[in-house]
Amino acid sequence: MCLGIPGRITTTFERDGLRMGKVDFGGVTREVCLDSVPEAEVDAWVIVHVGFAISVLDEEEAAETLAALREMFDLEEELGERS
Amino acid sequence: MKHLSEYRDAHLVRGVLREIEGLVSAPRVVMEICGGQTHSIVRSGLDRMLPEQLALVHGPGCPVCVTPLEMIDRALAVATRPEVIFTSYGDMLRVPGSRQDLFGIRAAGGDVRVVYSPLDAVAIARQEPGRQVVFFAIGFETTAPANALAVRQARDLGIENFSVLVSHATVPAAMRAILGSPHNLVQGFLAAGHVCAVMGWWEYEPIAAEFGVPIVVTGFEPLDLVQGIRMCVRQLEEGRAEVENAYTRAVTREGNRPAQALIAEIFEVCDRKWRGIGTIPASGYRLRPEFAAYDAERRFEVGDVETEESAVCIAGEILQGRKKPTDCPAFGAECTPDNPLGATMVSTEGACAAYYRYGRGTG
Repeated sequence: MCLGIPGRITTTFERDGLRMGKVDFGGVTREVCLDSVPEAEVDAWVIVHVGFAISVLDEEEAAETLAALREMFDLEEELGERS
Repeated sequence: MKHLSEYRDAHLVRGVLREIEGLVSAPRVVMEICGGQTHSIVRSGLDRMLPEQLALVHGPGCPVCVTPLEMIDRALAVATRPEVIFTSYGDMLRVPGSRQDLFGIRAAGGDVRVVYSPLDAVAIARQEPGRQVVFFAIGFETTAPANALAVRQARDLGIENFSVLVSHATVPAAMRAILGSPHNLVQGFLAAGHVCAVMGWWEYEPIAAEFGVPIVVTGFEPLDLVQGIRMCVRQLEEGRAEVENAYTRAVTREGNRPAQALIAEIFEVCDRKWRGIGTIPASGYRLRPEFAAYDAERRFEVGDVETEESAVCIAGEILQGRKKPTDCPAFGAECTPDNPLGATMVSTEGACAAYYRYGRGTG
């Protein structure tokens, strides 16, 4: 239940006064409530818990974190420090 | 899959693990709060790759585990009523109450249905106006906004045959309870990334300051976890006790304001009993008085239920980081996922269930 999964919004629509959307989770599409992520538009990545988007993924932050790690450890490898 | 597979990169995980090894200079005890993190750590084998001086202990952040036995018995009492369609997240169905579980009630002809989202339960109520639809609203701050929204929708759409059985718990109060115990061993925390996605991490700042413990907001993939551990260990080594964020792609300091507003509109803070631990002040949510009409406990008057827990089970000490599943004589013997004696074995997210599933201490 507590598993939050990232997915990409493919469409948004309104139903019964709620902001809803379809979200693609690596090929599986589900309806998700977007009521608490008003800023998330089509193509945004959201983290979804129990059919409810709780957070919009910051793709810039994600890229920065990974780039920093890759730089650190790939460089280390090039320098032959890896055991 | 994007935003998941990059964080399972074995090369990068090993790099961070080497850094952690270089950092640790003394015995350290770090607790990951969330059962999802426990599961990820044991599944990926990270617990076996960390330096010996660094012990990871497993926290109480498993909602199915900490839902008190009497609440499960109340759910069972409601679910057996002929007019009721009882709806729940799937992982609650096999949790045993004092005498049976929700699966057993379904097998005996009860109408028990698994829903993916609480809004699905509202939809069922709308389709079946002649029945009473009850949703078992459990979980931490992660499920609270969705559960709150279901109640608000029922009110807004005038759906009167919908109610919720609420057993919501909140993380910061449990951290205080663990840290405040004279037997506490925990020196630093990995805070649950998705709880913080909703609530932000500002509410952990006073805890870090008051108890002098580092708290690092951490995600769920192996790379996220080792990053969280590394930041936590670095703080311990440097003598700092701050809140840091290792899950910046999903969490901000203020969290999700609309989701917080939704929780506050429907729920209020209350004392809550945690299975295996006991009552923790101000550690849960209940419906606000203005939503009492949607409270299944009132609607069905299930009353007080007497329950008794296993005498051998050490779940309480495990949930507070004082013992490991393998310290329990019943682990893997009379206590297994098919026949759980206590909180940490009942759910797949529980520490004992994770240890059992991935062969820790069972040979």
